[in-house]
Amino acid sequence: MTFDFDRLVVDDVSRNFGRRRALNRVTLTCRAGEIVGLLGPNGAGKSTLLAIVSTLLAASSGEILYGSVTARAAGPALRARLGLLGHDLYLYPELTARENLEFFARLYGCPNVPAVVGDAIERAGLSERADDLVSGFSRGMRQRLALERALLHGPRLLLLDEPFTGLDDASGQALVARLRGLRQEGRIVLVATHDLDLAEGLFDRIAVLRDGRLLLVDESSASLRERYRDAIAAARR
Amino acid sequence: MARAYTPLVVLAMVLFAVAPVAVAFAPPEQVMGLIQRIFYYHVPSAMMLFLSAFVCGIASAVFLFKRSARADRIAVSAGELAIVFGLIVMVTGPLWGRKFWGVWWQWDAKLTSAFLLWMIFVAYLLVRRYGGPGAEKLGAAMALFGMANVPFVYVAANYWRTLHPTTNVVMTLAPGMRGPFWLCVAAFLLLYGLLLTLRKRLEDQRAAVEQLYLAMDE
Amino acid sequence: MKQFARVAWIVMRKDLTVEVRSREILYTTVFFAASSVLVFAFALVREGRPMEDAAAGILWIAIAFAGTLALGRTFERERQTETLRALMLAPSDRPAIYVGKLLGILILLGVVELVLVPLVGLLFNAPFGARPLWLVLLLATGTLGFASVGTLFAAMLVRARSRDVLLPVLLYPITIPVIIAGVRGTAALLQATPDEPMARFWVALLVFFDVVFVTLALWTFEPLMTE
Repeated sequence: MTFDFDRLVVDDVSRNFGRRRALNRVTLTCRAGEIVGLLGPNGAGKSTLLAIVSTLLAASSGEILYGSVTARAAGPALRARLGLLGHDLYLYPELTARENLEFFARLYGCPNVPAVVGDAIERAGLSERADDLVSGFSRGMRQRLALERALLHGPRLLLLDEPFTGLDDASGQALVARLRGLRQEGRIVLVATHDLDLAEGLFDRIAVLRDGRLLLVDESSASLRERYRDAIAAARR
Repeated sequence: MARAYTPLVVLAMVLFAVAPVAVAFAPPEQVMGLIQRIFYYHVPSAMMLFLSAFVCGIASAVFLFKRSARADRIAVSAGELAIVFGLIVMVTGPLWGRKFWGVWWQWDAKLTSAFLLWMIFVAYLLVRRYGGPGAEKLGAAMALFGMANVPFVYVAANYWRTLHPTTNVVMTLAPGMRGPFWLCVAAFLLLYGLLLTLRKRLEDQRAAVEQLYLAMDE
Repeated sequence: MKQFARVAWIVMRKDLTVEVRSREILYTTVFFAASSVLVFAFALVREGRPMEDAAAGILWIAIAFAGTLALGRTFERERQTETLRALMLAPSDRPAIYVGKLLGILILLGVVELVLVPLVGLLFNAPFGARPLWLVLLLATGTLGFASVGTLFAAMLVRARSRDVLLPVLLYPITIPVIIAGVRGTAALLQATPDEPMARFWVALLVFFDVVFVTLALWTFEPLMTE
């Protein structure tokens, strides 16, 4: 019983922690074959929104629709179509790269585990270090491994929280290329970042968040930095 | 506040004014004499403790599964009242025990169970207070598990010394005692209801203030 | 159902693999349990002879302390890498994760008890070999009772403040019936003539406890772990 969808609909979603509003009536739609950038300063609510979309956190009000189905209606099968690369990477340092991937592949019910894991290791460029403990990896290596881990089960929707942190230029470019490839495959990619340089030219649309509010959803092709600055400036007025 | 509240408070005050008089006029018990009269307050307090434990447990379950904030407000009110009435039980029990058995604590089943239940609800408040954000859910789990634990605590406390339950002081209520006893129960029950309503109202006000803060942000 | 068992098995195997590599929790827990036994021994032994029923009490207290420590450490590991979130993202019934973690803890505590029982028996001249079947039943049902509540509480506390102190604060009151049952049952078995009906009574109580609380834990795991 597989579940699939062709768009993500964030409908009037708010989330508060006590009296602090982390998200304030955010509405956004992302379609298949799209890379959407979620931009904003620290504390804007990007991570909170990603957590809600990935079903780890509940919204205080509003709904998330995957296609036309809520998370509750879709049940556990929904999570087979979601991939999350969080800030903390979610890797076990006491296991090797291969063991990490094998564990998650089995957990997520991937068929033909050895083949899937082998592919993932190659794409991460970790073939020589596959049987080394993750505790010895650099940040960049872990990031590449974590990205492949998030993609093991072929999710429709990929959520990335600050994926460019700690990546050198080459790795950053490689990530951009990988994301473009995913867009070709018709996936929905939602990237939260404040690294505007590396992300330049990557996003089909950008959504700018600030203090929990969605300031702007833009598709123009003007420079990313310009658009971002304009949005923040407009909000200040 | 509901219109009925003030008259009910007056009624409660009247009941508590009448109760000691009724207790004084109740027939004396053969074995224990004067000290037995402490039961007229001890037992209803214990009943309120157990009632509170169940109210808190059920409200917590509703909060956990239905995410109802209102249920959580009832739960925290009941939790605090469990501690208050439990305290009365813990004070009156040993007072009686000292006079009757000569020792403050004798590990009898009922008092021990009450003590363990009381501890569970103290832990409930501790986790709500010190657990950081989202601690309401942690407390709810504690209250639910605590409520489920009541039969086990009772059996364990009852049988832990010998396989045969210790001869608890089972009071047979002589006819003359029933009147004052049930009067006291009614008084305590009314007091409990009033305190619960009042405490829940405080929580409701707090929630309303939070909503106002949130609305400011819109 | 099969998916559930599969996921639980995978999680348990991962935990055991990680533990076997470093053996950190195993060694420290066993050592801690042994030192607790010594502390109690010095407190409760007078002129070389232990107080009555001390052996049973000390055994179960050591299990409770060691269990709390092991639970805390196991979930601290998951917290540091936030891997608990990755587990929650798996497309399976989330209670299966709870069961997997529980099985891992049970195996760990089982190994600790393998060391503890002979140690206590030795130091206190307690005839633990008298009715081995009943003893194993007591230990199994008691440890399951303790671990079932402990695993749930430790998991739900992962994101809480003051989690180190809150785990025992929450766990001990709830598991007091388990301790009582374990101690009284074990003491019954250690008597000159082992009291089997008594042990049977306590095992029955523990079985009821296990059924009720494992069920409760399975029900409440998902609502507790999603904020």
